[in-house]
Amino acid sequence: MSGPPSSETPPLRVVLAKLGFDGHDRGLRVVARLLRDAGCEVIYLGLRQSVDNVVAVVEQEDADAVGLSMHNAGHLTLAPKMVQALRDAGLDTPVVVGGIIPDVDVEPLRQAGVAAILGPGASAEEVVHAVRSAVDSTP
Amino acid sequence: MTQRGLDLDDIVERALGGQRRAVGRLLSVAERGGAEADRLTAALHGRSARAHIVGITGPPGSGKSTLVGRLTAAAAASGANPAVLAVDPSSPLTGGAILGDRIRIDRTGGDVFVRSIATRGHAGGLAVAVPGAIRVLDATGFDPIIIETVGVGQVEVDIAAMADTTVVVANPGTGDAVQANKAGLLEIADIFVVNKADLPEAEALRLDLERMLDLSHVTGHEAYRGRRAPIVLTESLSGTGIDELWTEIIDHRSLLDASNARQLRQLLRLRAEVEALVAGRIHRLTRAVFDSSAGERALADLASGRIDPVAAAEIILDEGTASLGS
Ligand SMILES: Nc1nc2c(ncn2[C@@H]2O[C@H](COP(=O)(O)OP(=O)(O)OP(=O)(O)O)[C@@H](O)[C@H]2O)c(=O)[nH]1
Ligand SMILES: [Mg+2]
Repeated sequence: MSGPPSSETPPLRVVLAKLGFDGHDRGLRVVARLLRDAGCEVIYLGLRQSVDNVVAVVEQEDADAVGLSMHNAGHLTLAPKMVQALRDAGLDTPVVVGGIIPDVDVEPLRQAGVAAILGPGASAEEVVHAVRSAVDSTP
Repeated sequence: MTQRGLDLDDIVERALGGQRRAVGRLLSVAERGGAEADRLTAALHGRSARAHIVGITGPPGSGKSTLVGRLTAAAAASGANPAVLAVDPSSPLTGGAILGDRIRIDRTGGDVFVRSIATRGHAGGLAVAVPGAIRVLDATGFDPIIIETVGVGQVEVDIAAMADTTVVVANPGTGDAVQANKAGLLEIADIFVVNKADLPEAEALRLDLERMLDLSHVTGHEAYRGRRAPIVLTESLSGTGIDELWTEIIDHRSLLDASNARQLRQLLRLRAEVEALVAGRIHRLTRAVFDSSAGERALADLASGRIDPVAAAEIILDEGTASLGS
């Protein structure tokens, strides 16, 4: 006898990380709590993560999305590298970027495959909505 | 259908071939439960290579993840292929969780397979999800499988107790020995670890534990476990004592293998899993009866005082049993 499919859809699993060597993870911790309170399971990696490590974590944790916090000028190189590394590994996991991103950089990041970009003033609803719709629009 | 349009058999094939992404997917299937998890169980049962299951439990913040990282490094150095299941509580209010073990495990461990599992609150969920996850990791070649749980809450303690080798962690100067005793951790320990032994009063904690073990010698509990649990002092930040702990874990495995104790423990695990599966099915069945017209009628009769709760329960059970036959 086989059981019926489980009734509830499982929680979204989101990997949160900061790439490179800069800064603090205060903003990332706030986002972690927002997502938890919205019912997500947050795999918290924190500071100084490498692109390759994030890919390995996404595979092992079967994550639905990656959230990157960016507070230096590195976003234009690191965020596209993250997207590319995931695609190279055969993963279609969406990447959401948050932090201080100049307006002129938004379009290039989108072109590079970043699913959503959030400014430092994004509300809880905006953060959660960005992650959910990024996951929903992934084939 | 599996998420992202992949066929389960195909994922199983790739996971057995060693693809970590496929192993990750299978762990999600096992965790989610339901019909697809049932199919996965059918596909993997019998492929088990009998990995050594090591449970690590203890109070919040006692250094379990840091210790687990060190142990995976020791295991890998000895040529083993370890994996970790790190269990953290879900928020009972929102169902969300921040899974923070992995960051600490990665810091002291090497390039090792780690899967974070949230308790997800549903009754008996872990009791099915964890054995399912163990089955996936075992079949795909990981050994040992180290499971970290916080030693509070019956479910978490039960998970740790299911291991072949259960390691209970305590810290100096915290009253952990007494707490561990209350939480029922003393009875399940095959090995005690005094972690953060760099802090004062580590020796005092060891003596406390020794005294409690003296008592379990008197009560006959020690004979039941097969031996007196050794106590190892570790400093998992620096790595001091880790080799000794790893040796104790290996020795315990050999001890179990020398008798049929490891098979017995596996049988107990299987029994607990079957129990949880049965309970889950009965739960779904009764819920369906509650939602049916017969269930609503029974509740209405209960509300109007025509029948009592025991009679209502009998009606629900009868209806459920009848629906099984149809
Ligand atoms: N002084 C000292 N601190 C340690 C030692 N081992 C771990 N810690 C510290 O203890 C804190 C908790 O470590 P974790 O490894 O996260 O502990 P845990 O038991 O996994 O925590 P939870 O999973 O949250 O229950 C961290 O700040 C560690 O750096 C040790 O041997 N000595
Ligand atoms: Mg931990």
